[in-house]
Amino acid sequence: MSAQELLQLADDELFLGWRNSEWTGIAPFLEEDVAFSSIAQTEIGHARAWYELAAKELGSDADSLAFDRDPDEYLCAPLVEMRMVDDWARTIARHWLYENADAIRIQVLLNSTNREVAGLAEKIDREEAYHRMHAAMWEERLRDEPKFGVAIDELWPYALGVLSEEQRPLLCQAVDRDEVQAIERGLHIEDLRPLLEEMTMVRRSVPGASW
Amino acid sequence: MGATRGVGRRSVIYEVFRQEREGQAFQHGGSLEAPNFVFAKAYAREFYGRRGESFALWIVPRESVEEVREPYVADVFDRDYRRVDGYSLKAKLKEARERAGTSPAR
Repeated sequence: MSAQELLQLADDELFLGWRNSEWTGIAPFLEEDVAFSSIAQTEIGHARAWYELAAKELGSDADSLAFDRDPDEYLCAPLVEMRMVDDWARTIARHWLYENADAIRIQVLLNSTNREVAGLAEKIDREEAYHRMHAAMWEERLRDEPKFGVAIDELWPYALGVLSEEQRPLLCQAVDRDEVQAIERGLHIEDLRPLLEEMTMVRRSVPGASW
Repeated sequence: MGATRGVGRRSVIYEVFRQEREGQAFQHGGSLEAPNFVFAKAYAREFYGRRGESFALWIVPRESVEEVREPYVADVFDRDYRRVDGYSLKAKLKEARERAGTSPAR
């Protein structure tokens, strides 16, 4: 597995984790606030683990990879860049689509010939099982809400863009939708820049400090 | 957030009991509010299980718990010999240990 592929994974998890954490304190009700914040936190934990693997290959470290690259160097899918507070239906639509896509990707990584990658995928998958359960219960609850349906339609081309071309048919099967033109990774949306500004603010305040 | 407007209105309070290790008695952990049992299970796992602190959970709708108020029998006569409190096993054990010259098993 190339460092570039590791960075794609890590960037997806970092940005999604960050976006989901924007609900901390303002989720629809207290129990959900705790649960969704916790999911955000584990996504960022997964990002850290993938960055560490990538850092070994690139001779860097996880923090530099996460925070010190130029905006154009980030490899995340546009799906995870979108700012979605305060639209809960849309947030859950992304969460559910992403978890479905991520499950397919992890399945492939579990069979990786790189033992470090396969081992890490196995650990991450155990936590992702909770994310998938959480996403599925919300999807079931919101499935018939028109607003949720609109969000799924809007985000579907973005969700396909999370996966490589050969993995996309599996996602179509999993969520029972037809394949459309995907919105590919690497093309960033406007939301990315202000997000990066915020994410790197503290780190930029004292360059070279250790925390 | 129209899609979630119904969540709070129809929610149920659940009491959660935790079993720390297999075979131990369940103890009350706390309560949570959720729109249905599926959500309650997910939240209970999040709050009481995900750090490996529980072996099993009981998740019970509060409505299903029968509460009885005590005292059931008024304590009108002075019959404290019938009471089981006031007998300190701890003190007895301590004495016995001192006699035997052993320390508590930890």
